[in-house]
Amino acid sequence: MSRDLQLAWRHPDEAVLTVAFFALVASLFPLGIGAEPQLLARIGPGVIWVGALLAAFLALPGLFAADYADGSLEQMTLSPHPALGWASGKIAAHWIVSGLPLTVLSPLIGLQYGLTPDTLAVEAASLLVGTPVLSLLGGACAALALGARGGGMLLALLALPLFVPILIFGAGAAEAQATGLSPAPHLSLLGAGLIASAVGLPWAVGAAVRIAVD
Amino acid sequence: MNWFYFSSPSTFYGLAGRLAPPSFILAAVLAAAGLYLGLGVAPTDAQQGAVYRVIFIHVPTAWMSMFLYFVMACYCALTLVFNTRLSAMMARAIAPTGAMFTFVALWTGAFWGRPTWGTYWVWDARLTSELVLLFLYFGYMALANAFEDPRRGDRASALLAIIGVVNLPIIYFSVQWWNTLHQGSSVSFKGTSMHVTMLAGMLVMSFSAWMYAIGATLVRVRAVILERERRAQWVRDLGAA
Amino acid sequence: MTAPHRSGQPDVLQVRGIACRRGVALLFSGLDFEVAGGELLCVRGPNGCGKTTLLRCVTGLTRPDDGAVLWKGVSTRTDALAMHAGMAFSGHLPGLKDDLSAEENLEFALRLRGATVSVEQRREALAAVGLEKRRRLPARRLSAGQRRRIGLARLSLDPAELWVLDEPLTALDDAGQALFIEFLDRHLARGGLALAATHHRLAPPSGVVRELRLG
Repeated sequence: MSRDLQLAWRHPDEAVLTVAFFALVASLFPLGIGAEPQLLARIGPGVIWVGALLAAFLALPGLFAADYADGSLEQMTLSPHPALGWASGKIAAHWIVSGLPLTVLSPLIGLQYGLTPDTLAVEAASLLVGTPVLSLLGGACAALALGARGGGMLLALLALPLFVPILIFGAGAAEAQATGLSPAPHLSLLGAGLIASAVGLPWAVGAAVRIAVD
Repeated sequence: MNWFYFSSPSTFYGLAGRLAPPSFILAAVLAAAGLYLGLGVAPTDAQQGAVYRVIFIHVPTAWMSMFLYFVMACYCALTLVFNTRLSAMMARAIAPTGAMFTFVALWTGAFWGRPTWGTYWVWDARLTSELVLLFLYFGYMALANAFEDPRRGDRASALLAIIGVVNLPIIYFSVQWWNTLHQGSSVSFKGTSMHVTMLAGMLVMSFSAWMYAIGATLVRVRAVILERERRAQWVRDLGAA
Repeated sequence: MTAPHRSGQPDVLQVRGIACRRGVALLFSGLDFEVAGGELLCVRGPNGCGKTTLLRCVTGLTRPDDGAVLWKGVSTRTDALAMHAGMAFSGHLPGLKDDLSAEENLEFALRLRGATVSVEQRREALAAVGLEKRRRLPARRLSAGQRRRIGLARLSLDPAELWVLDEPLTALDDAGQALFIEFLDRHLARGGLALAATHHRLAPPSGVVRELRLG
């Protein structure tokens, strides 16, 4: 994990690009739909979530591709450490450079959409819980698609359907808050999803990597 | 009986060839009976009129779409755990039929939705999760065929199928967990809220769909076996004969 | 299949009835061999005969279609980590990061292997392979042979008993090859064992060299 972070530190432009993409997508909507404040406040939570999801998705191919190409994945598979450890480490590193900046930036984007402070807080909270799930699910898909024909399109077909429930609950939480309902059920479902995927998916990532280096 | 006897592709090839035609015949007979019951005998629904009759296709295909995914995932688990060849071939053979049933379930649902809800499509929990299931089938098939080495495709797609299993309970319980437009189930083990001929028609149609799925899978698995084992002696003998 | 003379030490690595197919083609089947401490087993054969695949089957990267690999008498199917702890693999891919320097690459590779190595030891090893002046350069600025030398430094510091080497002499110049033979010789003299796929004739002075012909 520390190696991945050091690599990311050496090339911060990738993390910056992810965040820039997120900000751009989120600003395209007011330009496309019209800047009516009520409408923006209505669609804001969903747009921010879709933007974060796409940004997280675009950061996926780089998660394993370089390590696969230069043989680092082989060495990891053959290391005396269990796959669970290094798989979790790589995904955690990926989240720190993709999901975490998006979460931190989201209140700023939310302000552009005229969201109320408590909606902003719920939105950020749902991203904080939801983006690690995206990294875990996406990591598993990225590992599965290593060396496959069809690259990015295939990855989209694999990952985006699995992202759907996270998007629904994540955007649902902020939307519930915006419409005066309690966001708690959505957030607790997201939390349950995070726990379940944190338990099960690193194992799946390890297995997928082992299949990939075969 | 030695089950491992049939786990060899060459023996299963013969068995599948013998089982497929009766499955199709049974499927056709049951479909004829089911459609007769559903379209002819069953009474018209008091609220929904004759439109409801689409359930004789819709419900069985929706059931099968989930059930086939479950069966496919079980074969995938066998593939990953025991590295068996035939289970991977079976999973590959099931996927297109499962996708077809999912598509038909969505399609018939849309036709039912238009007169009843006034729209072909709503983004409700059950419809969305069924759509996700369709994409899971597509993703499975795409991944299985995306590799030079078919065994690698087998194992990668098997893992994907197993990850996707979490979607099944979401589809099944979506009508209970969320207040949705899609109506709840009318059939349960405690008793049903529908006329007995309706139920009979639906069950007969379900068995027909089941038989069709078995037949189609067996035919397809024969093709997969032939392709994979084309260098094996028994396939060459087959070609020579 | 293998020359009769042995080192006399107990077998550490045993391979039993291993078979592997690639696609529809059967590469090898029913292969048996064992390697003891102080022995080097060279896998030979024409291109495409399955040398690399055999090595990958032994390491556990590739799943063999049949057969078993035993590490100190225990099947790797029950305990793969025990074997991985005692094995260093050097394949076609270097496992180096272009953006990291030679020194950092060495550090991370060894940390991944679970080896605790001091900074001085790392510098010494890099000096031994002739990279002391270039240890701070990013790996992308090094030549193919120099990158292989980072791999040599890694092998020399790795405490593994078994070296699995796929074409270890590729891209190395005469001095580099001599260096490799020296490292290999020291490894065998310490009681280590090695499995190598190579077209060259490897002749470390100490240690028993055996051959396995494929294809």
